Order: sequence, then C-alpha cells, then structure tokens
Amino acid sequence: MKESRELVIIGGGPAGMSAAISASNCGVDVLLLDQREAPGGQIYRRVESPAVADPTLLGNDYLQGLNLVTLFRESTVDYRPDTVVWEVSPGREVYVYGGPGPGVIEARRVILATGAVERSIPVPGWTLPGVMTAGGAQSLIKNDGLLPEVPLVLAGTGPLLLLLACQYLDMGVEIAAVLETTPRSNLKRAMAHLPGAIMSGGYLTKGAGMLSRLRRARVRHVRGVEALRAVGSDHLQQIEFHAGGREHRLGASLLLLHQGVVPDVNLASAVGCALEWDSGSLCFKPSVDQWGNSSVEGVAVVGDGAGIVGADSAKWFGEMAGLDAACQLGYIGANARDTLAQKSRNLYRRSLGIRPFLEALYRPPDAYRIPVDPDVVICRCEEVTAETVRAQIGRGARDPNAIKSRTRCGMGPCQGRYCGLTLSEIIATETGQKISEVGYFRLRPPVKPVPISAILELATGEMPVETALPDPTVKPLS
Amino acid sequence: MFACRGRSSDNCVTIYIDDSAVIVPAAISVAGALLASGHNVFRRTPVTGSGRGAWCLMGSCFDCLVDIDGVKGCQACATTVREGMRISRPGPERCRTENVDPWGAGP
Repeated sequence: MKESRELVIIGGGPAGMSAAISASNCGVDVLLLDQREAPGGQIYRRVESPAVADPTLLGNDYLQGLNLVTLFRESTVDYRPDTVVWEVSPGREVYVYGGPGPGVIEARRVILATGAVERSIPVPGWTLPGVMTAGGAQSLIKNDGLLPEVPLVLAGTGPLLLLLACQYLDMGVEIAAVLETTPRSNLKRAMAHLPGAIMSGGYLTKGAGMLSRLRRARVRHVRGVEALRAVGSDHLQQIEFHAGGREHRLGASLLLLHQGVVPDVNLASAVGCALEWDSGSLCFKPSVDQWGNSSVEGVAVVGDGAGIVGADSAKWFGEMAGLDAACQLGYIGANARDTLAQKSRNLYRRSLGIRPFLEALYRPPDAYRIPVDPDVVICRCEEVTAETVRAQIGRGARDPNAIKSRTRCGMGPCQGRYCGLTLSEIIATETGQKISEVGYFRLRPPVKPVPISAILELATGEMPVETALPDPTVKPLS
Repeated sequence: MFACRGRSSDNCVTIYIDDSAVIVPAAISVAGALLASGHNVFRRTPVTGSGRGAWCLMGSCFDCLVDIDGVKGCQACATTVREGMRISRPGPERCRTENVDPWGAGP
C-alpha cells in the first residue's frame, strides 16, 4: 500500500518547519517526517517541554524557537514524528521506518532539511568515554535536564563553545578551563570581513558579551592551544596540550570538543544530488539554486544541510523553498512566489553578512582537521587510524571510495558522517589533488541502518510474524 | 558524571542497567540515564574492545549502542526510558578481540 503526497519534507528543525508552513499556507498538501518525537530539530530540541526547570537559562535564541514551533503545530501540515527516512529514490519515493503509516510514500516534490552534524575533532583520545561533543552536552541539558557534576573542560573553536560555557556558568556548573584552538592569525583574516559582520546586526555584541561573561567569572581561558590530546586507559583521565610555549597537563574526566558544524549530506548525496566543496566553511554541501533546488528534479535541500547558515537563516531559506514548492506544484504563480518571498530573501541575504567573518575567525586549524599522529582514529566506527589510511594512499589509493574498500573507513553505521571530511582532506593533502577533485564518499541508501523486517514488509505488504518490529518507542539501529 | 540538577519534573521510573535496578528521571534518554547513573562506558568496540560512550547525542554517530529490552544495537541517545526498561551493555562476547577484560578499571 503506497501513500501519495504533494510535498514531503524531511527534518523538523527551523528550515523544515518553515518550508512546511509556507507551502501549506499556499494550500499544498504537506507531510513532514521527523526522526525525533517533537518538532524543533537540534537547535530547538524539546522547546515545547523543556527538561530544565528554568529554560530562560538557555537563552532567548533557544526560547524564541517556540514561536516557530507553535506556528508549525497550528498549520495544516501533517506532522509524523518518530519516523526515520532511510531512502529517497531519484523518482521521489520516500522509504521510512518506525512511524505510523506505510513504509513508502510517493512525493511529487521533496525538501530535505536534515541539518548538520558536529565537525569531527580527530585528536588523540577523542574516542575515549568522557569525551563528547559540545553540541551533545548541550543536548543533554535540553533533552534530559542533565548538568555535569565534575569540573569540565571545553576545547576547540566556534561560537557554540563560548555559548555553552556561558550557559553552564548561568546554571552554576564549574568550568575548569576553556581551551581555544583558534589561531591568532584567524583574527587578522577575520577583520577583513568586519564590515559585513557589523551590517548583519547584533552578532558581534553577543560574542563580545560572552567573552566578557567568561572573564568576569574568571574562567581559565587558554588561547592558541596546540597538540591537544585526551589521555586515559579506558576513559578520560587527563588532557594535555601546548600553549604559551610550554606543555600543559590537566586532570579531567569530562572534555567537550567542538569545532563547528558541517552539513549532513548523506541523504542528499544518496538521492543523487551533486555536492560541491565550500572553501570558506571547509565542507562539502549540495549544490542548490536560490530556491534550494538541487541537481535532482523535484528535490530541494534547505537549512544547515545545504550549507551552514544558522537557525534564523535556515528559517528564511526554508520559507522561500516552501513558496517555490507551492509554485512548482501550481498553487501560486512565479510572480506571487517572488513577491511573497521578498521579505525572507532580504532577511536571508542580510543574515549571511556575518558568515565570512565567522568562517574566518573560527576556521579550524589544519592540524585539527588533518591529523598527523599515526595512531589517531580517523573512522570511529571501524577504528581505522591515520596510519592505515596513509599507508593505502602510499599504495596508490587516491579517492575516498578506494580507501573505504581497502580499510573499511566509512563503512560503519555512521556512514562517514564523522570521518568523511577528515578522509577527503587527508587524501587531498597527501596526493596534492584539489579537494574538489578528491570528492567525498559515494553514498547509497539506506542512509540509516534499517531492520530487514521493515524491507520485507515493503515487499510483502505485511509484517513477517516471527520478526515483527519491536515496540516503536524503542529505537533500534536507526 | 552528570546529575539532574534543576530539572523541570521529579517524576521517576525504575529501569534495569545490566540487571541492576536504578531509579532515573522519567522522560530522559537512555544515554542520559546511563550517564546520570555513573556509567560513561556504554559498550566495547568490535575491533579493539575499546570502551565507548556518548559522543554526538543526536542520533548520527552510532557510538552509544546498547541492548534495550532484548533488541541489540539501539541508540541510547535516541530512546526514551520507560518503567521497567532493561538495558544491557554489550560485553566481550561481541568483540572480535580475545582476552579483553570487559570493564577493566573505571565505570
């Protein structure tokens, strides 16, 4: 049994919700599929039912997300949570598992809004228990109301690092140190983009405010941190680094790493969308036009999944893509679309003014993207080290798929989300190729692990009796 | 390593971690429940038997895999606790490497 819909949107963050609202307001039949149990994506996670007693401590940027979520709930969009999309065919058949409804949905148009993942920070010991992403620690606050009860260290570069440190300070959490890997030379390069940053309003003041908060709280803030290492036999016990011309050691059991976020390209790439290298933000992203349309007919990509722009920009771009979908489906004419989209387009363009400054200021240093230490794990899932990868390059492998075949790098359940960029950059460096020539993993469906029983059900139309899916509230590999 | 300070609700549920009963806040993730109960090693990797725990906490890295109610390889960060849920952390029999001391020193 198949379901046919006009517009299927995948992802419940600001871009997805916004596209859904604008399309449905034009009369389009919209189905939004969300792997999470409530809308908001990662940035507005659980904003409808915060796990912390005082959500104001998470800041207004988080709280005002409730406005968009409320508009979304009040719209005519058909919202389907707890649903994992594991394939979208080039003919726009959407294969799902976990939620209510049939396992495949035919869509006249699809909008992918699957967002971003944290950029990896492949330092020695980064896989130790006790080392996690800053975004992950923030999710523990938003989703579970959990705060660290040991002194913690934050390390890396990027606005989220400072934001999280300030949120923790406001919640009474002890911060042992903030270790910034941002090279001093970044600031000089960023200054060239200062006018654009000032024009996009408010951002610089916010950043200055966070730095001043850390200073007032006398948080140990080390800059120019190099050779960061997490050390421990079975879990994190110590952090080591170079700074100020000498070696430092810090006992620690919790280290939060962050060096920005990058688009999750897996679903877009598996559909067949062409990817391009963005040298400003050092990542691959789908090639899209001003309405989010990709190289695949009827498939658009919006939000951070199309290139890192942040939540507000994602919202405005999503709105434009929803209007374009309505136009392509015949609900509004092109002139009406352009007029309705004008306000969002202006806001979107203005908001992009900050990006060159941020990208320059928080550009992750080469050493933290392209590890030199042979023992550093590149592929977390399959535990493939830098040494193994370089040995295969030495034997003639010149692209990520060759390395994948020879080493299993990228074959694990995360499907290259946390090793793909590192691998492509290592190959480019070692072979002297431009990274746009090196390319990225060849990604195929399923883009998330899916039980065979779900596939059997598609084939036969019924759930196999002996292998019925377990309780849908328990999430197996998905 | 993590605690539920300043949570919005005091409702709790009883779950089982490796057959030991633990009381945890209702509606938190299994990953959160493990961390709040003092477990930061969730599983052993198949290749080297190394301990792994929580990394991305958003369902994309697949490091936080535990067995839940008999189903192997569930993402702890993507599953919400329920009364009576049984969570077990995969032991050495799932590792290719032999002679691995399952939990060694540490949590």
